[in-house]
Amino acid sequence: MLKMKPNAPKSLHSRIAPHVRDIPPSGIREFFDIVSTRDDIISLGVGEPDFATPWHIREAAITALEQGVTSYTSNYGMLSLRREIAKYVARRTGVDYNPENEVLITVGVSEAMDLAVRALVSPGDEVIYHEPSYVSYGPLVTFAHGKPVVVETKKEDEFRLTRKALEKKVSKRTRLLLLNFPTNPTGAVLRREDVEDIAAFVIEHDLIVITDEIYSELSYDAEHFSIVSVPGMRERTIYLHGFSKAWAMTGFRMGFACAPPELTEAMMKIHQYTMLCAPILSQVASIEALKKPEEDIAEMHASYEQRRNVMHSAFVEMGVECFRPGGAFYMFPYIGNFGLTSKEFAERLIEEESVAAVPGTGFGPCGEGFLRCCYATALDEIEEAMTRFARFIGRL
Amino acid sequence: MDELLKLLKNNAKESSETLAKMLGGTVEEVQQRIDEYERGGIIQGYQAVINEDKLDGAPVTAAIEVKLTAEHAGGFNRIAERVSRFPEVRSAFLMSGGYDLLLFVHGDTLHEVASFVSEKLSTLDGVVGTATHFMLKTYKKNDVLMHVEDETERPKVSP
Repeated sequence: MLKMKPNAPKSLHSRIAPHVRDIPPSGIREFFDIVSTRDDIISLGVGEPDFATPWHIREAAITALEQGVTSYTSNYGMLSLRREIAKYVARRTGVDYNPENEVLITVGVSEAMDLAVRALVSPGDEVIYHEPSYVSYGPLVTFAHGKPVVVETKKEDEFRLTRKALEKKVSKRTRLLLLNFPTNPTGAVLRREDVEDIAAFVIEHDLIVITDEIYSELSYDAEHFSIVSVPGMRERTIYLHGFSKAWAMTGFRMGFACAPPELTEAMMKIHQYTMLCAPILSQVASIEALKKPEEDIAEMHASYEQRRNVMHSAFVEMGVECFRPGGAFYMFPYIGNFGLTSKEFAERLIEEESVAAVPGTGFGPCGEGFLRCCYATALDEIEEAMTRFARFIGRL
Repeated sequence: MDELLKLLKNNAKESSETLAKMLGGTVEEVQQRIDEYERGGIIQGYQAVINEDKLDGAPVTAAIEVKLTAEHAGGFNRIAERVSRFPEVRSAFLMSGGYDLLLFVHGDTLHEVASFVSEKLSTLDGVVGTATHFMLKTYKKNDVLMHVEDETERPKVSP
């Protein structure tokens, strides 16, 4: 056989599609590389629960594996799971979805968000979302050839999204609004009146909302109120949720989308050609997770709330400005008055005190001046980290 | 169970300051509630959870099933309380089923536990029979897993 000479293109970099190439690498990834070189650190840098999945859920997955439950499922996901999800969502939001054609099981909410954006964005469409935000929203819009339009949320508003701020950014090309409350990375929550204001804005401008409610069970000071519960919103909302946070099931990669049938089908079309279906074992585990969700979640909820209180008191005591977040498991203290950028602050905090927290700029430029500190961390580690944090700022 | 009790059960060394912050009250309130639990006998004491398998010269532990004859006055109480007073007996429970008392007995050696059973326990009036099971290894004690290596690939930073 003739040996072919390798004939590689001159620059592979130039062959990457510009809209992918031009997206800067995630700031979190860069920070991860710094932290990975150290094994002695206390990390407040994670974005997931510190609990293992409740035992009965793990056991259901083990049993399914023993029984040889290892096949594909329907593209939409197992109907028995979709039925349970529809019941759970109805209980949480008061909104009924038909499990036959209005519920789609996805590989985490991350996939669901991608599907929703790709299904609805045409080239040049504008998509509004709020920053500081979860890292994927902007890039997903860009991958879909849409134009991300950022609304900055402010510490003065406790990082709530306001209708006033939205009005400044809306244009004739705006098609979508992405919401994530409680918010990663700020822990912000919306009050019912904020949600109703935003809903009125959405209806007035004929937008569709994609709402990522992955942290909704982890609301501490008031019941979570979903935008899909506002009359007139079911018709124009894609409701995204999943099992990662409240059930501590991040590694199972289980999310779902609930939406009117036309939208669900459009998302399913992309899902069937890219993912086919979510892993069956994770789906079986999720059916078990919906058997006694309130019970599973209560203990972890109480523990997060207690640790939130401890971390917040510590920041207040050391004189660091930090609003008391109402949800998720993140605190977003302001460290902009110490003469360092977020990145410099975070790097020196690791270097000098072996405490890792993520620079706010990892979640958008307006995160400058902030740090994301996750309190899904053992209590004694939080206390030690706060002691070191206080010592660190004492030297600045 | 009350949230404060749960936290103490999980870690009795937690300071009142931290407990107050966690529960959103004052240190005085927390201290007062703990005092009430102690006075009311709900909190009976505070002990370390020791993995005895890791000690040099680990003690020998046996679970002993004891059959009793009930007395007219007081049923099993008098004899059960009497058995419980032996220092070798670490825990004692009245049980339903095939036997009446379940004891957890410690000794320095197997011989010591055996002598306790033959010389002290089975000679008591009211003790009809015993079955002794020596414990070989502890996997979980007081909610704490004893032999779990906590190795995980959970990344230290994630979005």
